[in-house]
Amino acid sequence: MSAAALAGRGGPAVAVGRRGFDRALLLAIPATLFMVLLFVYPFLYGLWLSFAPAKGGALANYRTFFTTPDLWPTIGITLKLALPATLINVGIALPIAFRMRVRGRWQRVVTTLLVVPITLGTVLIAEGMLNYFGPKGWLSHTLQLLHLYDGPIRLTHNYWGVLISLVISGFPFAFLLILSYVTGIDPVLARAAATLGAGTFAQFRHIYLPLLAPGLAMCFCLAFVQAFSVFPSAVLVGAPAGPTRVISIAAYQAAFEQYDYSLASAIAMIMGFVQLVIVAAVLGLRGLFYRGPVAGGKG
Amino acid sequence: MSAAAIGAQPTRHASAGGAAKLLDRAWRGLLAGLMVLFVVNVALLIAAVAVNSVATRWLGTWLPAGWTLSWYQQSWSDFQLAGILWVTFEVVVAVVVLSLAIGVPAAYTLARRDFPGKRALLLLFLLPLMVPPMTYGIPLATVLYQMHLAGTIWGVILANLIPAAPFVILVMTPFIEQIDPNLESAARVFGAGTGRMFTSVLVPLLAPGILAASLLVLVRTIALFELTFLTAGPDSQTLVVALYYAVFAAGVRAPQSIDAMAMIYMLVTLVWLLIALRFVNPTQLVSRVKEHPVPAG
Repeated sequence: MSAAALAGRGGPAVAVGRRGFDRALLLAIPATLFMVLLFVYPFLYGLWLSFAPAKGGALANYRTFFTTPDLWPTIGITLKLALPATLINVGIALPIAFRMRVRGRWQRVVTTLLVVPITLGTVLIAEGMLNYFGPKGWLSHTLQLLHLYDGPIRLTHNYWGVLISLVISGFPFAFLLILSYVTGIDPVLARAAATLGAGTFAQFRHIYLPLLAPGLAMCFCLAFVQAFSVFPSAVLVGAPAGPTRVISIAAYQAAFEQYDYSLASAIAMIMGFVQLVIVAAVLGLRGLFYRGPVAGGKG
Repeated sequence: MSAAAIGAQPTRHASAGGAAKLLDRAWRGLLAGLMVLFVVNVALLIAAVAVNSVATRWLGTWLPAGWTLSWYQQSWSDFQLAGILWVTFEVVVAVVVLSLAIGVPAAYTLARRDFPGKRALLLLFLLPLMVPPMTYGIPLATVLYQMHLAGTIWGVILANLIPAAPFVILVMTPFIEQIDPNLESAARVFGAGTGRMFTSVLVPLLAPGILAASLLVLVRTIALFELTFLTAGPDSQTLVVALYYAVFAAGVRAPQSIDAMAMIYMLVTLVWLLIALRFVNPTQLVSRVKEHPVPAG
């Protein structure tokens, strides 16, 4: 992009401001206007609304949130689900994506298979889990047949059900995202390392991992954001009244069961804030790693 | 790759090489095992829904007592699926068309021009994809209720456009950067205005990109739950939200009937997914930016 800008008028991107107003800029106006009206304005409105409760001072909603025993623990409950799920998903997706980095038949087959759980969505996965992981489902039968576990297994309507559903929907997402980063790294770099005697692990450790760090940080953030906003599966395969009463359930109930939009907005803002803290921490860690081009050669 | 890597270390001691090879093989086996475990369990999970939807009665045995297709008929009438499918169709078509209509021109500006505030604009288009739908969905639903749009199909379409339009912009920008600007200059030399240049030069060249973007938006919109859930009324539910309510109120209807509906939802999604996979790389469904076009020379 910067090279193109330097190339001036012959390049793909033309700097504006040399000769009056450029009408091509008008083309971005509908999209900008739309985003301002339907994304920025509601967000700011929600922020304002959260400080304007029906009764009490400006901070009454936030005080309510941090003093009500079924509201403030939702932060911890959500983090206890979202952080392990994200670590599992990214931690397992990374070595598998690294193994699959060479374009070939298997890469195509596996990526195609893994797209299915993403597009089916969390609601369908939850319904399937109730059948399959339920106490009378196939999994329970198989475990009993193999005498691995004799009692009825309890993997639905509790913490584990939600964690499993987060892994089923989140792992393929993390895998495909990391795969797109891994395949974006020029294999020439790894081959150069190999000629100097680096084995597969050394190549991974010294070539791929540093180059992947920004991508991994991004992937962790996106996977975390998804897991943190868990809603349908926490209701359907979790225990929404107790151990999996996540923060989005609290926000939803405030808005659509108590019709307290002000409190609901405050919960949504707290949710955004907690998530922002985690994302900022991860991106801060990323800053410790190498930053630069991921292509070898002339690039 | 690995053969080349191993072949490239002739100086390594023979026995150490053997141990490393064994370790490497065990590691590979572990990864393959994890992958197989995941895929097999997800496949069985889907199969369990499919089997239950054609079962007469299935209580704690390996296979159901008998087979029937009547649940599909019952599900169709119980959940008024004809209406729900029609609403889903309307929402998806409107979201695809509108997101292309506002997204492609904006992508053109971002691809071709440098202007003050470009980074801020990019951030504005990136944020809706980074913030979870629940966080901005609740304030959005509040605003839409005040405008009396929530509960109508227009509210659902507007809410679904918020992640869809930025997605189109981020998918289309690399496609447009890839097109030689000299083609546009040539069209200008021959007297084409901006509109004519768009329809006669850019749109035909961009057709593959537009097709890919619209399929990606389509598949994602069918599956998008939260925003539709927060803004839909009884007459404007899409299939995925209707399925959620059916599972949520399980016990009211026979579980087979719910699973029949789940199968219909799955078939609708899978048909479009298969069409989409003919034209797009699976990784594009999660990552927004297309692989960089290889520059000539």
